Amino acid sequence: MHDLPQQLANGLILGALYGLVAIGYTMVYGIVQLINFAHGEIVMVGGFGALTAYLALPGGTTLWLALPLMLIAGILVSTLTAVAAERFAYRPLRSAPRLAPLITAIGLSIALQQLVFAFYPDAKKARVFPKIPGDPFEIGSVAIQRSDIFLIIAAPLCMLALGWFVTRTRSGRAMQATSQDPDTAKLMGIDTDRIIVMAFAIGAAFAAVAAVAYGLRSGQVDFRMGFLLGLKAFTAAVLGGIGNIYGAMLGGITLGLAEALATGYIQHLPGMHLFGGGAWKDVWAFVLLIVVLLVRPQGLLGERVADRA
Amino acid sequence: MTALLEVQDLRVSYGKIEAVKGISFTVNQGEVTTLIGTNGAGKTTTLRTLSGLLKPTAGTITFDGQALSTVPAHKIVALGLAHSPEGRHIFPRMTIEENLLLGAFLRNDTDGITKDVERAYGLFPILGERRKQAAGTLSGGEQQMLAMGRALMSRPKLLMLDEPSMGLSPLMMQKIMATIVELRADGTTILLVEQNAQAALSLSDRGYVMETGSIVLQGTGADLLHDESVRKAYLGED
Repeated sequence: MHDLPQQLANGLILGALYGLVAIGYTMVYGIVQLINFAHGEIVMVGGFGALTAYLALPGGTTLWLALPLMLIAGILVSTLTAVAAERFAYRPLRSAPRLAPLITAIGLSIALQQLVFAFYPDAKKARVFPKIPGDPFEIGSVAIQRSDIFLIIAAPLCMLALGWFVTRTRSGRAMQATSQDPDTAKLMGIDTDRIIVMAFAIGAAFAAVAAVAYGLRSGQVDFRMGFLLGLKAFTAAVLGGIGNIYGAMLGGITLGLAEALATGYIQHLPGMHLFGGGAWKDVWAFVLLIVVLLVRPQGLLGERVADRA
Repeated sequence: MTALLEVQDLRVSYGKIEAVKGISFTVNQGEVTTLIGTNGAGKTTTLRTLSGLLKPTAGTITFDGQALSTVPAHKIVALGLAHSPEGRHIFPRMTIEENLLLGAFLRNDTDGITKDVERAYGLFPILGERRKQAAGTLSGGEQQMLAMGRALMSRPKLLMLDEPSMGLSPLMMQKIMATIVELRADGTTILLVEQNAQAALSLSDRGYVMETGSIVLQGTGADLLHDESVRKAYLGED
């Protein structure tokens, strides 16, 4: 267990990444009760948006200058895609049976993947994404990749900003009201259509931050990257209690830690020597989901459905 | 006597089922007007249409000189029409104070809002005592007070109250009815929907009786209270 601090650090960082993506699922679900299965692809297009900005910059631009521009480009592409999806794919189905927007989301997810696959230059295989160069930072026995510094700074900042927005601003309170009772929110004079667009846009902006973090970590983006990342983030959102923004981050971190610890240690348990290592990490992530759903179906921070009446 | 609200030949449907079948009624400035009728008569549908949550299939709604039927729901409260919905619909996970402030969502006059919050606490002292408490933890009667207080926060020209006495203890119901009388004395125009016909009619200037989507009877509150068919159908007398 001598590498426990390292595994915990890995889990936290991975979990923060899941958490950022999970925010997008949970915000949209909290407002319109839609599982936006295209959210993973919102992450993916943000990654390609950031990559495009990087490629457009003159060679030799330092990453410290490039990174903010990549981030802005990624946020722009993700947000525009999500807002367009809401406007043209989901809004016309607002009063349709719930299965219709769900199937639309799956269709949109496939369409976005294939659009990038077909039209982005050389996207048929993974494209190289810049990394933050240099040796890892060593803190005691823990090594932290330079690329992960971006996420370590960005994730808490995003959460603080979101917490402030939701509780302290007029639009944030309107958002809470809309999520608790949309019809009554309208009676207060709240333009709920605008609030829905806002929820999609905020989720997409967080998705783009996550996409840049993912690209920096893994040194690549590809048109399928949103699938597993989206699925994990959805798991994190459910784990934390879907609809609850702090729950999404908590669920992400719980999932990241569980994955890291299971990957590192589960083969040392008696009779489990076949189930260790990276190949099984996704399995353990979803086993955790099943266990939580059995023991606490509303998720870690979720309210019981009866409270929503 | 000027009409604040005029509804003419209003029709509202849910899919193929017509819930309101061409009703006309008037709410005069400064008066309490009541719609009474049994469950399913179309009273709540009527109110939800007035506040824009439902779209009429035909007919006109004129409020304070303006046609309402094409105005989206979130723009109606700005015109001076506030709606305290059936079942109260307070925001359960926000505090009492936050609920009241949402009632003033479109107002910018901070001082006036603060004053009106205090006025709501004056009207319903229990709300003031619990201002930082989550609204979902209140009793039914307290939630009703909050819903009324919240609707008043927009300083409406017309206050619509849908079944304010529903599910309340007799004592709480008396308190709510007394508040309606108090509001009327302050000059608030009120459109009241009630199943409790006795209580509602006795404090109303005008009343309309609805049955399966149509208005079957109308008159002053006192007239209807003494009308034989009303007494039979709604006041449980033989």
